[in-house]
Amino acid sequence: MTEDTINKNTPWQKLPIGGNIYTSGNAEEFKTGDWRSTTPVYIPEKCKQCGLCLPVCPENAIPCDANGNRGEFNLDTCKGCGVCAKVCPFQAIEMK
Amino acid sequence: MGIRERLSGNEAAAYAMKQINPDVVAAFPITPSTEIPQYFSMYVDNGEVDTEFVPVESEHSAMSACIGAEAAGARAMTATSANGLSLMWEMIYIASSLRLPIVLSLVNRAVSGPLNIHNDHSDAMGVRDAGWIMLFSENNQEAYDNILMAHRIAEHKDVQLPLMVCQDGFITSHSIENIELEDTDKVKAFVGTYKPEHYLLNADEPMAVGPLDLQAFLFEHKKQQAEAMRNAKRVVKEVSEDFERTFGRHYEFFERYYMDDAELVVVAMNSTAGTAKAAINELRSQGIRAGLIKVRMFRPFPAEEIAEALKNASAIAVLDKSDSLNGCGGALYEDVVSAMFTSNIHVPTVNYVYGIGGRDTTTDHIKTVFTDLRMIADTKDIGNPYRYLGLREE
Amino acid sequence: MSNLIEIRWHGRGGQGAKTASLLLADAAFNTGKYIQGFPEYGPERMGAPITAYNRISDEPITIHSNIYDPDYVVVVDDTLLDAVDVTAGLKESGAIIINTTQDAEFLKSKLNGYNGAIYKIDARKISVETLGKYFPNTPMLAAVVKVSQIMSDEAFLEDMIGSFKHKFAKKPEVIDGNMAALRMALEQVEKVN
Repeated sequence: MTEDTINKNTPWQKLPIGGNIYTSGNAEEFKTGDWRSTTPVYIPEKCKQCGLCLPVCPENAIPCDANGNRGEFNLDTCKGCGVCAKVCPFQAIEMK
Repeated sequence: MGIRERLSGNEAAAYAMKQINPDVVAAFPITPSTEIPQYFSMYVDNGEVDTEFVPVESEHSAMSACIGAEAAGARAMTATSANGLSLMWEMIYIASSLRLPIVLSLVNRAVSGPLNIHNDHSDAMGVRDAGWIMLFSENNQEAYDNILMAHRIAEHKDVQLPLMVCQDGFITSHSIENIELEDTDKVKAFVGTYKPEHYLLNADEPMAVGPLDLQAFLFEHKKQQAEAMRNAKRVVKEVSEDFERTFGRHYEFFERYYMDDAELVVVAMNSTAGTAKAAINELRSQGIRAGLIKVRMFRPFPAEEIAEALKNASAIAVLDKSDSLNGCGGALYEDVVSAMFTSNIHVPTVNYVYGIGGRDTTTDHIKTVFTDLRMIADTKDIGNPYRYLGLREE
Repeated sequence: MSNLIEIRWHGRGGQGAKTASLLLADAAFNTGKYIQGFPEYGPERMGAPITAYNRISDEPITIHSNIYDPDYVVVVDDTLLDAVDVTAGLKESGAIIINTTQDAEFLKSKLNGYNGAIYKIDARKISVETLGKYFPNTPMLAAVVKVSQIMSDEAFLEDMIGSFKHKFAKKPEVIDGNMAALRMALEQVEKVN
């Protein structure tokens, strides 16, 4: 988080009115990785790059390249919910 | 000098809206405010305004559409009454907490039930703590003038709060009376254009409106609303002074009628204040030092100023056109009494609940209040402070 | 406000008493007066008794209540004499104006001992003769102007032709009939006591 990001110590005079947020895409700044109690493990040998895991991730923690091929989990934001493992038809994700 | 005309209160409100020509009007008809969107939709049809008129399917949707429009960066207006306001209730709070300066014409009517379409202030009193600026209007002229001032107050950068202009259903909304209208070009110049600093349709600044606001933040945001409401006092004063410079009609937080030497004082809002003036004229001709405080700005409540204005009275009656059903008194009464108490002013003060559901209130009724006040002033005995005026009793 | 004139209209839903009260307010406004014109809304149904009011003054009017002690009462339909206490509070220095073909004795018997002036006019006959239909409000409007002397006949007629031209812009053929109804009513309204 940047220094001028609002937080729970920000006094009322410094908060934007109405809870307005004047920048876009800043959900990324909120690291949910430390919520994780189980961790997904990606098994590339089993993965067919079908892409089903990408849209179900609530934290957008599965990066993919321009060809739609996924890579390793972003563990800064993955909160370990396991939806990706459940949806994978090829058992290419295991929760550990 | 304005243009001499005769209009009903609803016509006056619709005419003000036409002159303002807001970006969006979203409304659903309900008696007795129906004529406002009805006349306004005629202006849309005739091409006299270029407003986007949204004929929504409910008042909840009307306020929702105004919220969406205002957040997008548009100037939005609507009108409603009684149960229409009740259906808006959820969105009334959203509008003020998102700091959207929507302007609403509230044509006051009893909230059912049992079913009643006539005037009292129970609709307005139901939202008195909802974070809206509330201006009350004695007649068609004041409804018109308050609407002309509304956007300047609501949109001010130190305020950014929604504002409702109240007038009495049927009593003024459907009564044809003389009025001074102003030239449309002058009105437009006075009202100005809406230039919000942040708005959703600004492609250069993507923004989020109304996000989750939990324990760590809602308290601070409410404090900001409270501060904006305090600022509104200053802005109402400034805009009213500019209005007088521009159009010549004088407005304050409240009107003082024969208050210089008033001994017995009635505090009232909307059309009853006019009836009280007629009663006071009669009493003054008999040498009775009667006076009136007519509250125009109910939210924010001008507590210190009202207490100061009442400090030399011998007895005071506050007239509430809505029964708070709390066992101890109406909303205006409680505000006036606590204002005086906080300023360490102790004048015997009683409350009259009156005019419920359109019960007619005459100069004779008001004169009986002054008779009661005479006795209270002489005996220093308040008796029952929570009284009724015009109620049938055994 | 010694110059304040208060008028109460009694009619039945659909007869135009409310419209007549608004037209009277308009006409008085156009002669420079301060005016109020307002109906008392109840159950709005065709045929139901309705009440409308006017205040007319040389000074601003602040009072906002119904009228209980009128200077003039206008009864647009004489069947109301049995249904409504039309003279309630009516000042004896004032007058009541009734649309009727009944005689003085009959009218007196219906007015609870009212001792002020009683005027009558056959608005049905005038309306049917001039307009071909029964619109009692136009003749009654002229009758109350004549009796109350709120304005001169000439000023009233001049103002009304302007109002009708505006009101009936889409059917100008009815303007002449309405003006004829007003003129006939100004002549025919008569005091019966």
